[in-house]
Amino acid sequence: MASYILKRLGSTALVLFLVSILVFLLLRLAPGDPAAVIAGDNASPEQIARLRAMLGLDDALPIQFVRWFGQVLQGNLGVSVYSNEPVLSLIGQRAEATLSITFTTLLIAVPLAVTMGVVAANRAGTWVDRALMLFAVAGFSLPAFVVGYLLVYVFAIQLQVMPVQGYVPIAEDVGRWAWHLVLPAVTLGLIYTALIARITRATMIEVLSEDFIRTARAKGLPMKRILLRHALRNAGVPIVTVIGIGIALLIGGVVVTETVFNIPGIGRLVVDAIARRDYPVIQGVILVCSAIYVLLNLLTDLSYTLIDPRISY
Amino acid sequence: MSITSMPPVERAPSAALLFARRNPTLVAGGAILALMTLAAIAAPLFAGDPVTINPARRLRPPSAEHWLGTDQLGRDVFARVVWGARVSLQVGLLVAIVSVAFGTVIGLVAGYFRTADALITRFMDGIMAIPAILLAIAFVALAGASVWIVIIAIVMPEIPRVVRLVRSVVLSVREAPYVDAARAGGTRLHVIMTRHILPSTIAPLIVQATYICAAAIIVESALSFLGAGVPPETPTWGSMIAQSRSFLSRAPWTVFAPGFALALVVLSVNLLGDGLRDWLDPRSGRRG
Repeated sequence: MASYILKRLGSTALVLFLVSILVFLLLRLAPGDPAAVIAGDNASPEQIARLRAMLGLDDALPIQFVRWFGQVLQGNLGVSVYSNEPVLSLIGQRAEATLSITFTTLLIAVPLAVTMGVVAANRAGTWVDRALMLFAVAGFSLPAFVVGYLLVYVFAIQLQVMPVQGYVPIAEDVGRWAWHLVLPAVTLGLIYTALIARITRATMIEVLSEDFIRTARAKGLPMKRILLRHALRNAGVPIVTVIGIGIALLIGGVVVTETVFNIPGIGRLVVDAIARRDYPVIQGVILVCSAIYVLLNLLTDLSYTLIDPRISY
Repeated sequence: MSITSMPPVERAPSAALLFARRNPTLVAGGAILALMTLAAIAAPLFAGDPVTINPARRLRPPSAEHWLGTDQLGRDVFARVVWGARVSLQVGLLVAIVSVAFGTVIGLVAGYFRTADALITRFMDGIMAIPAILLAIAFVALAGASVWIVIIAIVMPEIPRVVRLVRSVVLSVREAPYVDAARAGGTRLHVIMTRHILPSTIAPLIVQATYICAAAIIVESALSFLGAGVPPETPTWGSMIAQSRSFLSRAPWTVFAPGFALALVVLSVNLLGDGLRDWLDPRSGRRG
């Protein structure tokens, strides 16, 4: 087990290193001079040249990379060219809003999706199953901003039971904080719920056809117990895997959702940074999000032994 | 007894009808998609003018003259929705083709050559670790807005999915007796690849390509919505929603007409994919 964890940590570090090379290269090799981009349309060639020298853009790429990566390892993601604040502290200031929506989404979506998948599998082929799976396909097909504006129009503008947009910090007012998170979390969670529900259903149908389930039924165990204790436990690994992989959807969705609901989180930070061509911020946010995603998937892998004792490393 | 009074002969349903009855999702998805594609291609013939600004006719509700109303600049929403389909479908189709083409070649190499495999797999893990939308918006923001830049930006994160799929198929057939036999018979490498290995990947690739197409249409609209998509003067569903969102309460049609079109296209592509999956591999999905 210990050696497996070490090996996985090693490969995670390698992936993170590759990610940083990719992020560095993609933004450096994209057509267009970053110095010109940062300096803006009205900059003179001299200004651009000075900026190039200041940013170290005249050095060879490997040298630039080593210098940048050395700083990243020390926790220095650079300084915003717009506000002159360190990128890491900008991300820190925006983290609360983003984490709030993401956790609320997980809290709503995961239990809902697993229940939907279990119910659909138990009633496979009936209209309940068809309705739930149609919902899942629809969930895949509705982009977050369409769902978001639909919810805002119905619940905030027409019925006036929900806030239109905005975010209230948790320290200010817990009730209003939660109230403002409902619509964004539903928006963000739809595709995630659809994904998990589909995998849960498929895995459960497979498990339910196995011999030990037939034995359990023959013993006369109640169906609820068979579904939850016998089948779901054995369907755990694929479900947990997709919960982990799906985090990527949440990270992408959060950018759109925060824009729809005007929430000052990390997603808005990066959208604003793009409008301002704030290069270090874009780079920093992508790097941090990728690192979180990779580490979460490491945790998912390691959790397999807890879910299924048959798996050992 | 005359001929006309004979009981009607039970006619066997035509092959097409039978196919439709057995594969309802495939046919429904395909039909909607075909209709919308046709409308997109024929846009110049019937949709009208999507760009001319007419301040006198701002935010008019749907009427006989403007089927889906007008937007905040007095432009016809119906015309813009139909023209917007062109960008969405074009990007979806091209992203699917390009990522499948690149992914297949890389996947074949990774699956067949062990030495290349480790490097390629790590590299693909690296790309997969970067959230696709973030990667795409950063790339478009720096490279400048054009349809091809948007396509490249969406293709990059999709390639690893294809590589994984092709690689796993190659690994499962690489040691199959017929491939061994071909190798032993001195068949050249590129013939083994294209004649003996590639055909096994085609069915799963077709299904994967439809899912990639659906994902690409969503990402393109999200990019346009966030202001990092194709040039803003081109009508796209994402940019229509972004430009009209402050008029949501006064003129909901300006937001929901493109939103509905977008959802319908993606839904039809997803249905087509699910239908193809069940049709090409009846064992998966329909077990219950």
